Amino acid sequence: MATETHNPETATADFFAVFGLPRKLNLDEGALQRDFYRLSREFHPDKFAQAPPAEQRAAMEKSSQLNDAYRALKDPIARTQHLLELEGVRMEEQSSAATQAARASGTEKKQVVPPELLEEVFELNMQLQELRMGKQMGESDPNIVRGLEAAKEKFDASLNALTLELKSIWNHWDAVVEPGDAAQKASIRDKMVALLNKRSYIRNLVRDVNEALED
Amino acid sequence: MATGIQIEPLNKTDRVVGIDLGTTNSLVAFMQGEEPVVIPGEDGSNLVPSVVAMPAEGEPIVGNAARKTLVEEPERAIYSVKRLMGRSAADIQDELKFFPFRLAAEQTGVLKIKLGEKTFTPPEISAMVLRQLKRNAERFFGAPVTKAVVTVPAYFNDAQRQATKDAGRIAGLDVLRLVNEPTAASLAYGLDKRKEGVVAVYDLGGGTFDISILRLHEGIFEVIATNGDTHLGGDDIDNLLITIALDDIAGDMKLDLRKNGEAVQAIRKAVIEAKIALSAQETAIIEADLPGGQKYQRQITRAQFEQLIAPVIQRTVLPCKQALKDAGLKPEQVDEVVLVGGSTRIPRVRALVKELFQREPHIELNPDEVVALGAAVQADILSGGSKATKDMLLLDVTPLSLGIESLGGTVAKIIHRNSTIPASATEHFTTGVDGQTNVAIHVVQGERELAKDCRSLARFDLKGIPPMQAGLPRIEVRFLIDANGILQVTAREQRSGREAEIEVKPTYGLTDEQVETMILDSFDHAEEDFRQRQVVEARIEAETIINALEKGRKNPAWALLTADEKKDIDRLERELERVKCKEEYKAIQAATSALNQATTRLAELMMEGAVATALHGKTMGSAAEELGEGPTAPHPFAPAEVINKK
Repeated sequence: MATETHNPETATADFFAVFGLPRKLNLDEGALQRDFYRLSREFHPDKFAQAPPAEQRAAMEKSSQLNDAYRALKDPIARTQHLLELEGVRMEEQSSAATQAARASGTEKKQVVPPELLEEVFELNMQLQELRMGKQMGESDPNIVRGLEAAKEKFDASLNALTLELKSIWNHWDAVVEPGDAAQKASIRDKMVALLNKRSYIRNLVRDVNEALED
Repeated sequence: MATGIQIEPLNKTDRVVGIDLGTTNSLVAFMQGEEPVVIPGEDGSNLVPSVVAMPAEGEPIVGNAARKTLVEEPERAIYSVKRLMGRSAADIQDELKFFPFRLAAEQTGVLKIKLGEKTFTPPEISAMVLRQLKRNAERFFGAPVTKAVVTVPAYFNDAQRQATKDAGRIAGLDVLRLVNEPTAASLAYGLDKRKEGVVAVYDLGGGTFDISILRLHEGIFEVIATNGDTHLGGDDIDNLLITIALDDIAGDMKLDLRKNGEAVQAIRKAVIEAKIALSAQETAIIEADLPGGQKYQRQITRAQFEQLIAPVIQRTVLPCKQALKDAGLKPEQVDEVVLVGGSTRIPRVRALVKELFQREPHIELNPDEVVALGAAVQADILSGGSKATKDMLLLDVTPLSLGIESLGGTVAKIIHRNSTIPASATEHFTTGVDGQTNVAIHVVQGERELAKDCRSLARFDLKGIPPMQAGLPRIEVRFLIDANGILQVTAREQRSGREAEIEVKPTYGLTDEQVETMILDSFDHAEEDFRQRQVVEARIEAETIINALEKGRKNPAWALLTADEKKDIDRLERELERVKCKEEYKAIQAATSALNQATTRLAELMMEGAVATALHGKTMGSAAEELGEGPTAPHPFAPAEVINKK
């Protein structure tokens, strides 16, 4: 049996180009949806159900590309990630797939805790552990539950703040992307990567808290 | 269409019907003018019970007529076979406790069921139901029916979908599309009303449960999220009642009927009648004649019934909540709730739905017929549309995430659930050992983190990789979930540029050869019939591609082909014209397929040109000019550049 190595590197198609858009992060989501619907009406496989196989195949490829592109562009975070991938950044470290894989295999994912969060994360993990241990004994301490709920609210608020911050970085990006100053672009790109990493770290925390509270 | 790619309307004889292949009942419908209508059977009934009986001699009996056999000779009849579609002997053990499925002694590959003296796979049995519907439609139209849209539960996985498609082929139907049942229901619901807004479809049928949340906008039916349970429905409620009755009988009458197929069927019939009565009355009586002339009788109140079924219907709550969560919606953001499936007649189910979505659900549609009516609407759309459907388009999603098993048995998800289909993902693989020429990929479906907890879909063996140093080959594999929700895989070794050969080992399911043998074995088609039908179909396909090519030559994309490509196409077309009149369908198929292959790039170029036109409002002519004339360059076309040019 041959061994297999899965290489997560993907060929990145330019989803902005699918919609004839420049690689800018601010976009008119209403117009995007209208274009998506309009193009779907013309290229969905339903419109080619009676066409010869070659045309059916081409329509299927086209409409899958359209669907994939719309999915990536309509969501602000996915859109930013896609742009960064186009700029050669590998976001794998923080991706949900990597987290899942690490959790499933029982290994700690090497994930860098953003330094400003160190203290809070330490506190939170203690509380989570206490809650889980308590639940195993069949009890749950209302103080811990309250503490976790407060922490969750706080993290939710910082997620919102990060999204706002991200949107201001978008403006910088959109301003420099066309003149194309390489150094400037690289600096803005790095800012976005750092922000997304922090965001995904907090999102994982929120998910852990939710799971612990729901269990 | 302004795109230059035109589809000829079908001739009248090529009518496409819509079929609801249900666990308990099946229906066939078609679009009559602007209205979908159900085609009744010979007995005048719209519903064909999904019951098949196999007499000692003669043809299988389907529907109401088979019910008699079910009670009198249960070993010759089968119902609820939909529960077995796309499953293996190992994963139906739970079903065997409650359903009188008789597995064949020998189980290799696809599950085999004993019916009378013979054994059949679930797709073959479903094909008998489909064939009955086909006959009903043909009798109604007085003309052959060969094309259909068939509905499946939204939460059906790849294997279950493939099995349904196989059933269609065995029945002599070209299944143009598999449509998700709740989505089909929304089409029927949204047809006359020109609805806008968010609609939730709660579909609790005989054996399956689905919840789908859609956004309706100017004729576009966009599914945002779907969830469900493919083994939850009215059957489970019946089984609870049957268990009670059998326990009663064992206790009070000291009679163990658990292994008595006839008696269980008589009780089953009785509890179903009581269940149905309880939707309208406060009490009902379960009443059955038992062997030995004894009679079983028990009164049941609606309150008792509701308490009994609470755990079953409670199982629909979590999928609903998950679907709302995935859609990013709160219950109050849902504008309408539509009920589908016979089990939604139960008042407690309606109350639960009302509670969940905080609004009164729609009950004006016949929950037994609405899926078939929606299938007829989709059939009309696929036939090129009519006045009633010309602006309608269905954008459905894949219900389950698609993943690849990676090191350590974990799953790397490559297409997430609720992605609009067609959806695709491209992954790269390499070798781990020097000189390795094969790479195995295990594809699974499901949400769990470990491959062993997901549904194994298939193992793909990429073969013929040129021997190289480990890590050097670069095999690009494209996974594409088509509009039916079925996975298609293609692979290419990038350094050698060769199409990699893929051997697919479906974990469950029939091979093409097996399906072909089953078509031959099926009762309606003696070998000669089969061959003739194949010849006729092969000729139609040949005509289609020749006609399309004629149009393709007038398309600006034609000018972009190389001289060699054009010469090839011309030669293969002449070859097809030559073999078309012969009686050998395999030769016609081969020539059609060769011409199709040769025109693949032309079709892609036409599509790209049409997209450029649609995006920028250019005429095909000017779009083609921008693409540049290039009869000598092998690949003059770079889609991304064209689109950016504006």
